[in-house]
Amino acid sequence: MADLTSNFLGIKSPNPFWLASAPPTDKEYNVRRAFEAGWGGVVWKTLGEEGPPVVNVNGPRYGAIYGADRRLLGLNNIELITDRPLQQNLEEITRVKKDYPDRAIIVSLMVPCEEQPWKDILKAVETTGADGVELNFGCPHGMAERGMGGAVGQVPEYIEMVTRWCKENTKMPVIVKLTPNITDIRKPAEAALRGGADAVSLINTINSITTVDLDTMAPEPTIDGKGTHGGYCGPAVKPIALNMVAEIARNPETANLPISGIGGVTTWRDAAEFMALGCGNVQVCTAVMTYGFKIVEEMISGLSQWMDEKGYTSVDDFVGMAVPNVTDWQYLNLNYITKAVIDQDACIQCGRCYAACEDTSHQAIEMSEDRKFSVKDDECVACNLCVNVCPVEGCITMKQVMPGELDERTGQKVPAEYGNWIDHPNNPGNTCASGK
Amino acid sequence: MPNSQMTPGIAPGRLTKDAYAKNFTDLHAPLDAHEAAVAADRCYFCYDAPCQTACPTSIDIPMFIRQISTGTAEAAAVKIFEENILGGMCARVCPTETLCEEVCVREVAEGKPVEIGRLQRYATDTMMEKGVHPFERAEPTGKKVAVVGAGPAGLSCAHRLAMHGHDVVILDGREKAGGLNEFGIAAYKSVDDFAHREVEWLMQIGGITVEYGKRLGDGMSLADLTGSYDAVFLAIGLGGVNALRADGEDLDGVLDAVDYIAKLRQADDLSKMPVGRNVVVIGGGMTAVDAAVQSKLLGAEHVSMVYRRGKERMAASEYEQELATAKGVTIIYNAQPVAIHGDGAVREVEFEYTVEEDGKLRGTGEMFRIPADQVFKAIGQTLEGVPDGVAVERGKIVVNEHGRTSQDGVWAGGDCASGGDDLTVTAVAEGRDAAIDINATLMA
Ligand SMILES: Cc1cc2nc3c(=O)[nH]c(=O)nc-3n(C[C@H](O)[C@H](O)[C@H](O)COP(=O)(O)OP(=O)(O)OC[C@H]3O[C@@H](n4cnc5c(N)ncnc54)[C@H](O)[C@@H]3O)c2cc1C
Ligand SMILES: Cc1cc2nc3c(=O)[nH]c(=O)nc-3n(C[C@H](O)[C@H](O)[C@H](O)COP(=O)(O)O)c2cc1C
Ligand code: SF4
Repeated sequence: MADLTSNFLGIKSPNPFWLASAPPTDKEYNVRRAFEAGWGGVVWKTLGEEGPPVVNVNGPRYGAIYGADRRLLGLNNIELITDRPLQQNLEEITRVKKDYPDRAIIVSLMVPCEEQPWKDILKAVETTGADGVELNFGCPHGMAERGMGGAVGQVPEYIEMVTRWCKENTKMPVIVKLTPNITDIRKPAEAALRGGADAVSLINTINSITTVDLDTMAPEPTIDGKGTHGGYCGPAVKPIALNMVAEIARNPETANLPISGIGGVTTWRDAAEFMALGCGNVQVCTAVMTYGFKIVEEMISGLSQWMDEKGYTSVDDFVGMAVPNVTDWQYLNLNYITKAVIDQDACIQCGRCYAACEDTSHQAIEMSEDRKFSVKDDECVACNLCVNVCPVEGCITMKQVMPGELDERTGQKVPAEYGNWIDHPNNPGNTCASGK
Repeated sequence: MPNSQMTPGIAPGRLTKDAYAKNFTDLHAPLDAHEAAVAADRCYFCYDAPCQTACPTSIDIPMFIRQISTGTAEAAAVKIFEENILGGMCARVCPTETLCEEVCVREVAEGKPVEIGRLQRYATDTMMEKGVHPFERAEPTGKKVAVVGAGPAGLSCAHRLAMHGHDVVILDGREKAGGLNEFGIAAYKSVDDFAHREVEWLMQIGGITVEYGKRLGDGMSLADLTGSYDAVFLAIGLGGVNALRADGEDLDGVLDAVDYIAKLRQADDLSKMPVGRNVVVIGGGMTAVDAAVQSKLLGAEHVSMVYRRGKERMAASEYEQELATAKGVTIIYNAQPVAIHGDGAVREVEFEYTVEEDGKLRGTGEMFRIPADQVFKAIGQTLEGVPDGVAVERGKIVVNEHGRTSQDGVWAGGDCASGGDDLTVTAVAEGRDAAIDINATLMA
């Protein structure tokens, strides 16, 4: 069986699956059971400064988006950082770390934007034996309005400043957790790097309103007739997170900055995808809130089966392997041509591909009198929509038209050589084409 | 003229070749990858899942289904085999409608359970078709254990012992391993010689030898075994059958259902299996259903299954009863055999209607006769060949929760032992649990 041992910033854990800073990691009772279930590490629920703890709402805190069969696809929350006393959390962290020396415990922190509070809390955390700290610059509600969390994460200068304070005041590895509520994710990542961060983790939750109650005319979750935007997470946010991770991983400036991937990780495959895009490990929140700690078993068995099949012996073998294949649109090969092919044996004749192609784009699917669906190669532009809407996995596939073969749509032979937009004759900026 | 369904008496070859092939294919076709994905999607991944509690081998069902849905059927198979090394056979033969699927929250809520049995088959088939055996033996312990009986209980016990590094010798009176998996289970539940292939696959663990034609009590005593082995596990099943105690039981054409089924299971060519035009099966359990259904599938024109009590008392599940009627079997409830009539060979069976009052069965005095060329007795199997010194109560070897018998160093499990239903999966669970206790005892 493949070795899943993970070494992230010198922090060792038996596998690369950590729990993200959130309710599942808010107390000793939970974290102990998470470790018993097999989680490699946890990022403890964000701690605030000494003093009376924050207060949460006492009406509903979460809203949800469902797929078919009421499968939870997206979750939204308006919770704050831990609402338990600092001392209690610190004592619990100390006890758990002592009993689970082989697991990673990172402590998430959020205190006001001044150096002294950061100095104080770092000193306090150092006494617990924790393996590192994560700076929560992401929380999009409640704390942001108090000048913390997302309010810091949206200003690269603040990120750099606070990160530097932390690096100057502790020997523990410092992970900076980024908010996705920003236009260009590379900017905060670069700022974290300048401040001396050992790694970034992303994403925190996305500003969102999940639903509106049409009787009370209020957004949900509704507290006494009012609602507020919350943080969106779960499977629905994974594509957004993957892109942000890839942007940082392929940005020359931050290419060597370790990343902990977060956002919708639910299965071994999600984890492998984040890691292929450059994450040294992953963190999970919503999946555990939905299904419980036990899901890590599937992540462990699935990742090791896949690694065995691929011949990877360590998780580092494939981290970042997909990064070189993420590029800009302009570098895509316009001479690579495919056509959709419908497997008639697998087809259940629902006609969804037909509706999609006929009503959307290219009228490239034919429907016979006896409901046989086939692709018209002279119309198909290979948009992939039919593949995406087909309910049967693998029924519609894309087949490459090989160089030298005829593309029936253009009436041209497929060129053998690579050709992108930069050199394309239609590109007005292409001096080479217009010049000759 | 070849034979047909109308050919009088008992005759082989009543059907065309194609009809035999069609009748005896898989009762439930295996799921393909798409069907498995759709079926797996329905599982809610319940907490402390009722299905897992209902499984006698406690397979972590939500987990293996989750593993199927994430495209790792092999990991799912490992999850299954960890608890139940005969998970492949159980996926085919378990009455899931009275076990895991009965308590599935979606059965309770919607009357449509997650198809646990078929998903289990999908996972185990995926791994077994690759010929992969997922377990390795521990370092040899030098301990030797004798397992008597190569049925599900014996095989399960032997495999677990072998995993712990013990050397296991299985002794079986027959010439083939598998017990009722090989000789009893309905043919359409275990097609393509699955029982045999499963035994071969299981043996890949190593450390197990099978000695065929070795009967305990037949030149080999329990004392011989306890003398030369560190432990003994008895898994001899139920070798005897109950007698009907009705006049005419010795007429030609009156057979034990289990014997007939064993012949059918071993037949190379089903068209050579003789079957009556009019068949009467007496009994209300799984064996009766299997005898009735398979007679019908072999081409009998009329098959009646007659049970002395009411529908709700029948040991065969509602699902099995529906299967029988769907295949064309007539089920008659509340009738007991009084006499079998015929001259040399059976011609008809005489029954008396019954009523059950306060659990007591009584004939009503009203009689009726059913024509019969062939009669199958399926009124229960009995324990046979228990060695002296091993306590037996109510027809079963007495065991505690670890499978220990009254004699030190001797364990027992499966149909021959007390506790649990007489099911393949129960036999597997008891064999496994006895092995765990034997290991703990030997290594203490
Ligand atoms: C017709 C029929 C259909 C069935 N269908 C189903 C079904 O669909 N689903 C289900 O779950 N269960 C079914 N069952 C029940 C199931 O087959 C049994 O519960 C299960 O096989 C019991 O396993 P076992 O290992 O205890 O005994 P067996 O399978 O009976 O195996 C006992 C083994 O011990 C050997 N043996 C016996 N005596 C001796 C001796 N003295 N010395 C050496 N070896 C000996 C025998 O040759 C045999 O190999 C069915 C049973 C029958 C009869
Ligand atoms: C209820 C809830 C509370 C959260 N609290 C915190 C927090 O205190 N600190 C933090 O850094 N992130 C917090 N998060 C964000 C998660 O750690 C994580 O970044 C986000 O949910 C995306 O991952 P997921 O899709 O696996 O849930 C919280 C998320 C949820 C749902
Ligand atoms: S999950 Fe628990 S705490 Fe939350 S609303 Fe339901 S019962 Fe209350």
